[in-house]
This record gives sequence, structure tokens and C-alpha cells, in this order.
Amino acid sequence: MSVIEQQANNDDIIVIKDLNKWYGNFHVLKDINLNVRKGERIVICGPSGSGKSTMIRCINRLEEFQKGSLVVNGVEMIDDVKNIEAIRKEVGMVFQHFNLFPHLTILENLTLGPIWVQKKPKDEAEATAMKYLERVKIPDQALKFPGQLSGGQQQRVAIARSLCMAPEIMLFDEPTSALDPEMIKEVLDVMIELAEEEGMTMLCVTHEMNFAKTVAHRVIFMDGGEIVEENTPNEFFENPETDRLQLFLSQIL
Amino acid sequence: MFKEKTTEEIQAASRIAGTSKGAVYNNPRYRAWFYQLAMMLGLLYFFYSIISNTLGNMEALGAKTGFSFLSAAAGYDVLMSLISFDATDTYARIFVVGFLNTVLVSVIGIFFATVFGFIFGVAHFSHNWLIRKVAITYVEIFRNIPLLLQVFFWYFAVLSALPGTRESLSLGEAFFLNVRGFYFPRLIGEGGSWVVYASIFVAIFGVFFLKHWAKKNQEKTGEQFPVFYTSLGILFGLPLFFALVTGFPFTIEYPVLKGFNYTGGITVIPELMALSLALSVYTGAFIAEAVRAGIQAVPHGQTEAARSLGLKENRVMSLIIVPQAMRVIVPLLNSEYQSLVKNSTLAAAIGYPDLFNVFVGTALNQTGQAIETIFMTVVVYFILNMIISFLMNRFNSSVALVTR
Repeated sequence: MSVIEQQANNDDIIVIKDLNKWYGNFHVLKDINLNVRKGERIVICGPSGSGKSTMIRCINRLEEFQKGSLVVNGVEMIDDVKNIEAIRKEVGMVFQHFNLFPHLTILENLTLGPIWVQKKPKDEAEATAMKYLERVKIPDQALKFPGQLSGGQQQRVAIARSLCMAPEIMLFDEPTSALDPEMIKEVLDVMIELAEEEGMTMLCVTHEMNFAKTVAHRVIFMDGGEIVEENTPNEFFENPETDRLQLFLSQIL
Repeated sequence: MFKEKTTEEIQAASRIAGTSKGAVYNNPRYRAWFYQLAMMLGLLYFFYSIISNTLGNMEALGAKTGFSFLSAAAGYDVLMSLISFDATDTYARIFVVGFLNTVLVSVIGIFFATVFGFIFGVAHFSHNWLIRKVAITYVEIFRNIPLLLQVFFWYFAVLSALPGTRESLSLGEAFFLNVRGFYFPRLIGEGGSWVVYASIFVAIFGVFFLKHWAKKNQEKTGEQFPVFYTSLGILFGLPLFFALVTGFPFTIEYPVLKGFNYTGGITVIPELMALSLALSVYTGAFIAEAVRAGIQAVPHGQTEAARSLGLKENRVMSLIIVPQAMRVIVPLLNSEYQSLVKNSTLAAAIGYPDLFNVFVGTALNQTGQAIETIFMTVVVYFILNMIISFLMNRFNSSVALVTR
């Protein structure tokens, strides 16, 4: 196929090249270049408004960009429904505000994608769903509705919902920012387990620096729409090179 | 330093406080009872005095009371009736005629108002500039003009401007539109037509069965069957097939111009057209706003979550947005439908023979029995709206969310 190109480097599951995005006159993303290897875990941090969420939302086309190129798992992100669908099938996303479907039970939330997108039989979809609900430690909530669960439980369901689609890549957009302090740990534990056991490619926007130190292969610092600095967690926190990162770390640590 | 009190100490203290302020008239619970009782007695006296006063006055004036007038001959004809009626029929029958006409215009109005409302409500979110502006303009114009004015507009400005009988607008010598109404052919079944009627029932059952089967099949194999188009095919195809096989056992009665007017076929009088148009266009504008509000009430995160699962846009709409929007739309629809039924009394302004017009209008005038006629009419509108409310509440509870 002409529109779906095979990449040169098979290890890179995401290739972002000179990506630019504007909201009207506001230049939110400036010449973003980022290659992500298969199985790599990346934490993205930075002050609010630095474009970090916008960047990862470009990866599954919740945001469009105006310039540059983006290739996900060998499929180029262009204005073609087929490509967009192909990419979204490989990319799962967890949101700050969970975004569970309130009119469906937990089980239905989990089986919706497998049934309607992957066209799986209901039994099979439900079996997969229960497997992942057990993974996130809430199989007993399967028949409840999202409104009946705590924030932490809802976020774990949201993670399970994404996992049910068996994605190659998981995007986390500030998954713990809307949670009460005592619920942050239960969500982070699930994410750490996921990282260590599944070896999944993960991009996570978060300010949980301990999480970054524990699981990330690489930490990226964004400011003003640019990738300012990227490094291994150790170097990132111990020897920040730029003033901007030093200032940022001094504010959050 | 403060010493922490034990629970027993606190309870003991409050017991003492309770007994020391023991005056019954200061107890909030007794006060509430007292005020409610006083209110009830006041209301009872109020209604008693109204009823006894009225009855007393009417007796003094020598006015007739009671419902015996219902069996008397009405002595006047109505413009349109769904059941046979002539001037020698009773007031009871004209009550039924008016009731059916009210139900007819309400059902037509509710159907088209819903269609207009959903089309223009959804069009508000169109990416097409023109469609979006048309939707906004429609809502702003028809929502902001008094309904009575709109009834007059359709009746006097639009429908009266249609050509006369001899210059009727026609479509294939079967459909005619002129200043006196809209005429279209009527199907009259002959021997053997029952086969076709039966096939319609079979088709309807078939569609239900198909839907059920498709759901089960998807659960089992995951395949999605194109239920909608297949259903359309069955609904139209099956009766058509049987009509052809049985040699079309129907005669079509075409409207024919005889003298000054068309006879035969089915006639829709301009009063009915004007009133249904005004009611559906006006109410449709409000429903469009309800639909818009409902869709906007679904947070954008829902769309994003559905898209990120890889759902196609039409599935995002049908599986995620619409079911959630309905919980906002349905209660608003309920009140719009009720308004439409009540607004249908504007029929009186252009002479459409609805219940209000023929009963509270003419029958009251002729018999002078205001209390009885108004009471009967009130009961009808009350019951109609209760039925709408009941149905919509049932519907509403099926779309409501469980939160705890």
C-alpha cells in the first residue's frame, strides 16, 4: 500500500519528525522530534501549557497537527480514515478524568471496543475483560456502573479498558492528577506492574517523579512547546543541564 | 486546656437541654404539622365555598345543570370528522369528534416536531457552514415568534396563497394541492387484500426477529449484520411482493374534480395543514434546542475515549453520545409534547374543529352549560398530558444513569 509505509528502523514504533501545531496564532508544538523504541517507557513532564498533553494526543489523532510527520507502528498519520483507524487500534489511551462511559456497566465499558471494533464474540470479550479486571484488582465491580466506583477504581477500570484492545502502545495523559492522594498509589502500582510484566510501550505525561525514576527508560522535559531536555531518569534528576529544567525540578521536588 | 467530652457526657447534656426547652409550640415537628393542618382546612373551606356558591347562584338563576345535554342533538355540523357525523348527532358524539381531531393534530404535530427537532438539533453540530447556519436561523426565527402569529402565517399567508381548485398544483393526476386542501388517493382493499395486510404484520415481526437474531449472532460470532437496511428491505419488500403475487387486490380511488371541488380520495383541510405545520415547526425549534443541549451536555472526553478505542464516528454517536444525550433530551421532550397538545387549542383561531373549538366553543355557547363542558374538556387535556408524561417517564427511567 502506498499510504501505509514500512519504516526503515523496525525498532522505532513511533517516529515523530518536525511536528508543529498551532491553535490559531498560538504555536503549541514547535519542531517536535521524537523516536520511541518498541517496549520503551517514556515519562513526559513540564509546566502546564508546555504542550506535553497535546503532543501525546497527536499520536492517536485526538489533536491534529499542521506540519511535520508522525508514523505509528509503520502507519503514517495522514488525513485518511483507514490510517487513523489503523493507528487507533494500536494505541490505547488513559485520560486524566478517566472518561468511562457512565451509561454502561464496568464490564460493558471493557467489552465495547473488543465487540464493536475487533468484532469479537461477546463471551470472548467478557473473558478478556474479566482477565484485565483481575489484573487491576477489581473483578468484583464488573456489574456496577462507573458512578458507583471511587476515582482510583475508575482509573484502574480505564486502564483495563485500554488493555482489552491489546494495544501496542499505551498513552497516559496525567492519569493521577484528578485523584485523591490516597488513590494515587493504587493506580501507579497498576501502571508499574503493567510496565514490568507486559513490557508495553508507554508514554506517560505525569508529575509523579518517583514513578518516573522507577519505570521510565527516558524522561522528557517540555517547555513552551519544545522538547527542552531528555535523558535517562538518573541523569535527568541528578544532572539537569538546562536552567529551565533546574528551575522546574526545584519547584516540584 | 479543653477536656475532651465523652459521648455519654454529650448525650447527657443534650438530654437535659431537650427537656428544659420542652414547650410543644416550639417543637419544629409539631409546628410543621400544625401549619399543614391549618393549610388543609383553609383549602377545604376555599373549595367548599366556591362550589356551594356557584351551585347556589346557578339555582337562583334557574340555570340547567347536569350532563343530560350530552344526549341532545347538537344541531350543527363540523368541518372535519374522523367518524361519521351530521347535525342531528348528539353533543356526546361531537365531543368524541373533537377529541379525535385533537388527538389527530397532536399526533401529527408531535411526529413532525420530533423529526424537525432532531434534524435541526443535530445539524447545529454540522461541519458544513451553511447547514449549521440554517439550523441556527430556524431555531431563532420560529422560537421567537408567537405561535398564534405562526398559525395565522401558515393559514392566511401561505395556504391561502395557493391556487384555486381549477388551477390546482398536481403531481401525476393523483396528488392535488389547492386553496381548499390537499387531496391524495385512497387504497381500497378488495378480496385477497388480507394477504397483503397479513404480510405487513409478518414483516414487522420479521424485523423484530431479525434484530434479535443479529444481536445474538454478534454476541456469538462477533459479526455485525446490516440490520437497518435489511429491515427496510423486509418492511417494504415483503408487502410489495405479496401485492404483486396476489395481482394487486386494491382499487385506488383518485381524487377527481367534480364541479367546484375534488371528490374521492383523502382530503386534508387547510385548517389541519396550517395548524399541524405551525405546531410542528414551532415545537420543532424548541426540540432542536433540547437536542442541542443534550448533545452538548455529553462531555467531550466521552467522544475522545470512544475514538481512542478505535470506534468509527457513527458508532461513537450511536453507542456513546446519543444514549447519554437522551437523558437530558427526554424530560425536555416531555414538556414540549405537553405544550404542543395544549397549544393545539389555537385551532379556535382558524376554525379547525378540535375539542376546544367544537366543545368549549360551540357546544358551550349553545347549551350555556359552562361548568360541565369546561370540566369535560379539562379532564381530556389533563388525561392526554398524563399519558404523555407517563410514557415519557417510563422512557426516561430507561435512559437514566445509575450513580449509586
